[in-house]
Amino acid sequence: MSEEKKDHKKEDFEPRIVGFLCNWCSYAGADLAGTSRIQYPPNVRIIRVMCSGSVDSMYILRALLEGADGVFVGGCHPGDCHYIDGNYKARRRMVLLENILGTLGLEKERVWLRWISASEGQKFADTMKEMTESIRKLGPSPIAKHWNL
Amino acid sequence: MTKKSETIGAIAVVGGGITGVQAALDLADMGYKVYVLEKSPTIGGVMAQLDKTFPTNDCSMCILSPKLVDCARHQNIEILTNVVVEGIEGNPGNFTVKVLKKPRFIDLEKCTSCGSCEAVCPVSLPNAFEYGLVKRKAIYKPFPQAIPNAYVIDKEGDGKHRGCVDCMRCVKECKSGAINHEQKPEHLLFHVGAVIIAAGSPPFDPVVKPEFGYKKYKNVLTSVEFERVLSASGPTQGKILRPSDQKHPIKVAWVHCVGSRDASVNHDYCSAMCCMYTAKEAVIAKEHASDIEPTVFYIDVRSYGKDFDKYINRAKKEQGLRYVRSRISEITEDPKTRDLRIKYEDDKGEFKEETYNLVVLSVGLCGAGERHSELMDTLGFDVNEFNYVRTSADDPVVIKPGIFVAGSFLEPQAIPESVMQASAAAANAAALLKDSRGTLVTEKKYPAEKDVSAQKPRIGVFLCHCGINIGGYVDVPAVVEYVKSLEDVAFVESNIYTCSEDTQKKIVDAIKKHDLNRILIAACTPRTHEPLFQKSLRDAGLNPYLLEMTNIREQCSWVHMDEPAKATEKAKQLIAMTVAKTRFLQPIQEAEIPVLQKALVIGGGIAGMTAALSLADQGYETVLVEKEKRLGGYLHKVYYTVDGIDIPRLLKEITEKVSKHPLIKVHTSSQVKTLKGYVGSYESDIQTPTGMIPFSHGVIVVTVGADEYTPHTYHYGKDPRVLTQSELEKVLSESTKEDIVDGETFVMIQCVECRDEKRPYCSRICCMQAVKNALKIKELNPRSEVFVLYRDLMTYGFKERFYKDAREKGVMFLQYDPEKKPELESKNGLVVKVHEPMLGEYLKIPADHLILSTGLQPNLDNPAIGKLLKVPVNDDGFFLEAHVKLRPVDFSTRGVFVAGNCHVPKFINESIYQAQAAAARAATILCKPTLKAEPNVAFVDEDLCSGCSICISVCPYNAIERVEEKKDGKTVIHAKINEGLCQGCGTCVSACPSSAIQQRGFKDKQILPMIEEMTEKKLVSYLKES
Repeated sequence: MSEEKKDHKKEDFEPRIVGFLCNWCSYAGADLAGTSRIQYPPNVRIIRVMCSGSVDSMYILRALLEGADGVFVGGCHPGDCHYIDGNYKARRRMVLLENILGTLGLEKERVWLRWISASEGQKFADTMKEMTESIRKLGPSPIAKHWNL
Repeated sequence: MTKKSETIGAIAVVGGGITGVQAALDLADMGYKVYVLEKSPTIGGVMAQLDKTFPTNDCSMCILSPKLVDCARHQNIEILTNVVVEGIEGNPGNFTVKVLKKPRFIDLEKCTSCGSCEAVCPVSLPNAFEYGLVKRKAIYKPFPQAIPNAYVIDKEGDGKHRGCVDCMRCVKECKSGAINHEQKPEHLLFHVGAVIIAAGSPPFDPVVKPEFGYKKYKNVLTSVEFERVLSASGPTQGKILRPSDQKHPIKVAWVHCVGSRDASVNHDYCSAMCCMYTAKEAVIAKEHASDIEPTVFYIDVRSYGKDFDKYINRAKKEQGLRYVRSRISEITEDPKTRDLRIKYEDDKGEFKEETYNLVVLSVGLCGAGERHSELMDTLGFDVNEFNYVRTSADDPVVIKPGIFVAGSFLEPQAIPESVMQASAAAANAAALLKDSRGTLVTEKKYPAEKDVSAQKPRIGVFLCHCGINIGGYVDVPAVVEYVKSLEDVAFVESNIYTCSEDTQKKIVDAIKKHDLNRILIAACTPRTHEPLFQKSLRDAGLNPYLLEMTNIREQCSWVHMDEPAKATEKAKQLIAMTVAKTRFLQPIQEAEIPVLQKALVIGGGIAGMTAALSLADQGYETVLVEKEKRLGGYLHKVYYTVDGIDIPRLLKEITEKVSKHPLIKVHTSSQVKTLKGYVGSYESDIQTPTGMIPFSHGVIVVTVGADEYTPHTYHYGKDPRVLTQSELEKVLSESTKEDIVDGETFVMIQCVECRDEKRPYCSRICCMQAVKNALKIKELNPRSEVFVLYRDLMTYGFKERFYKDAREKGVMFLQYDPEKKPELESKNGLVVKVHEPMLGEYLKIPADHLILSTGLQPNLDNPAIGKLLKVPVNDDGFFLEAHVKLRPVDFSTRGVFVAGNCHVPKFINESIYQAQAAAARAATILCKPTLKAEPNVAFVDEDLCSGCSICISVCPYNAIERVEEKKDGKTVIHAKINEGLCQGCGTCVSACPSSAIQQRGFKDKQILPMIEEMTEKKLVSYLKES
């Protein structure tokens, strides 16, 4: 692939983001963004889970290995978890995961964990905009590129 | 011999709008037989005609339809349409309701709603559901989602137009022989223990106000007609076109208070919802066509409800709604262009004229006694001066013993209030009939479940257009074609509204006909609609958990409205991902969990006491916990009202009733310290002055109240002449005529330190508090001076009459601009400086007393209580209910309910009915000894489990234990999950190092295929292609 083509590719690049949203807060927040008609880029594919604490690191790694450019995990605000403290467990797991990402040659900025409540439709939409732009700047996942070869 | 119960365990609900439907569902869920008696050929009422609802802009039909379907399917509910109530005789607990059932001329059992009769009918009449904007046939179905889902013949016509001409073409055409022109009216008798009147009230007809030009000029519509114009299923399919030339209007004006706040038509009341629906209509119109320039002509913007102010501000800022404070003198038409000229006087007293392409009149409601007086006359109810039924403010939903009322039959109001009153009426009926609960009901029998677990997947996919909510942005036919190509998909279909009753039938039929064993619904959010579709699966003999939903509305069409091609591609991929999961769905059988039939009420103000009484009167043991030394809460700061509640008497009586009730235990100076468990079986530790008391209960009602906000401006706290409204109220309650001298001047400032950026909400009660105190001052000495400096006077509903009364008694109301707040000059005495727009200059009012209306602030404990109970608090610090319109007292967390000022500031009568509503909703859980457990519980593959116990350490519910068992002579150690305790969070699943624990409905085998589908290369380039 020529240098010129590569640049062109990066310009056109549309990040593929997998979003794991907890049923009680973030998924409801994403719904509220919808009912409020707040527009955001169509790059995220949401997978509903019951709690951010149930998002297995394996899911995140698998998504990245399969070719996602970013993974978003949304949970309830600290203290608001529907299941008492599942979001804290998600946070702990995320710290460990960041180390693993480095060894795979992936930027830790490809995996986002954010707290979004059921009443934060605007925040959800803003976060999706921000993440899409951020991943766009990072460029396609180096692993995904590897797999594309 | 056992004594037969003396009351009848059945209730007649008169009216099948959202209010009647909610009351019916609550009572039916509690174990009572319910007859819904509806005058028209369908249930649904006005809400079925609305396009969207404020302040969430939810699609009205989308949130209503599941309730209608639930109502139609409920084993304990019988719906009778085309009926007129002719009389109610008997006594509380034992009434006979006389009903005239008018002929429908259609056999409901036989009609398949195919529509072939309609095609051949030669008669054309104005379509009443569309407010006459289009025609319909004499044989018709009121609207596509009508329930019963059947046709009806209009023999009478509408006065001007003849109905059915008896040509009998429809009879020949009908293949199922459903039409019977010989049907005769029938007189029926229903024996019930109680009656709930939820008959609604009709919109004002502006023909009697010729200055607005309604019916004279084609391009003047009412707001109810405009709802139909906005609706995707309406006469213009949601395109905004004006009637005269079907052209798209740019300049559109809304005129507030048509038929409301108008003495000339004896409507000296505010219709309470028009300000908000006007903003909503303008916002949605802008959404449909961004070139529309909306202008709203108004007197006050009464945005007194939860999040209403934020909605109005957003409408102004983001949608560019232009608000003109004015009084309209006349609307005339330019005969050439058919445009309309609005002549008005603005807030500076100048006369102006503007031209609009379309004018919408925001009409209010009319008292039931005014327009359809038969019911009011027949039943002999006492009416107030506005032709609405009269009830006592401290017993707001009781007309007379055994006969209850809810919704706009009582007072003009929006949907949440109606829904609360519906549940409150249900609570009252349930308390009256508690001894006959469950005597007249039968269990719903579903067909036996087919075992499909080992079958190869045959997936049925049902896509929803949702009117134009999805179909307007996502190319549904293209998605259908795409889905057909997916592996294991055996059947694909799209429907205008997948949630409608007739589509449920289609789903059941398709499952049977095509032998489908997994179902995917691509529509809106599973959070609201999953239960509805699960029932359809059960009706078809499938386990309800063989259903998966894809959210292509909230998370696709509504958030990518500007990018339809990308939205379509996203919808395709989301469905493909969900197909990947659906393929691996397995049936789930929920465990039955026991329900402790006792309640905990937190907070002992008027709401808490009312909730406790209502629960106890329904037969449930209740513990009421109050933080302060005595019961009563904020009621201790209220000394008098204008709507006839004797506050000291009310406080004394209810406190006594609560304290003496054998089923209520009160703990004052107490707090709930810890809470464990879940719906059905909670365990609380209550810190009381005598030590920690444990209590086990099945539900929780939160009623922790709110308190008056303490201001920091206008020298409050520094100058003793500056008081809050509550402080003034106390002083006035102790004052005599001699205490106020002639000319003594009171200046009241409304919205102090609120409705601003810091506290962006309206406290709803303060305007009325100012009016009430102003009237009291005038009563004490008519020669005193009272000035009320306000932004928008929120005297909604019948409160308007007190505002008028105050004006007539000489109270001066001066409106101020929030940009030019009143200022205080207090060098020599108190002088309030305020900008008067009419004069265009500043007025200086020397005051003897400055009174600040500061509103309520939420209880500062709310966040902590929210954490304890796992329920959310909104940005303003009030509790956030499950749904602002239709679940106003429920939390998303099952088993926890809310009422009173901690939900949002409200009046005493509103707290009372909301508390009764919370008690009714709680009773729908408490009435049964068991409840179905969570379906999505975790389970252990014992062969894979090494017994490492990591899961035990992460489980927040102590639902996992380590067990040692003998298996084939060997001792094995493994984890074991208690399904009653497991709440289905899945934390143990992700913690398990050997993947031995899986969560039902969210197994690795179900989630990983979704990830693979999303990242699969064939779909990778979707964005670039589109």
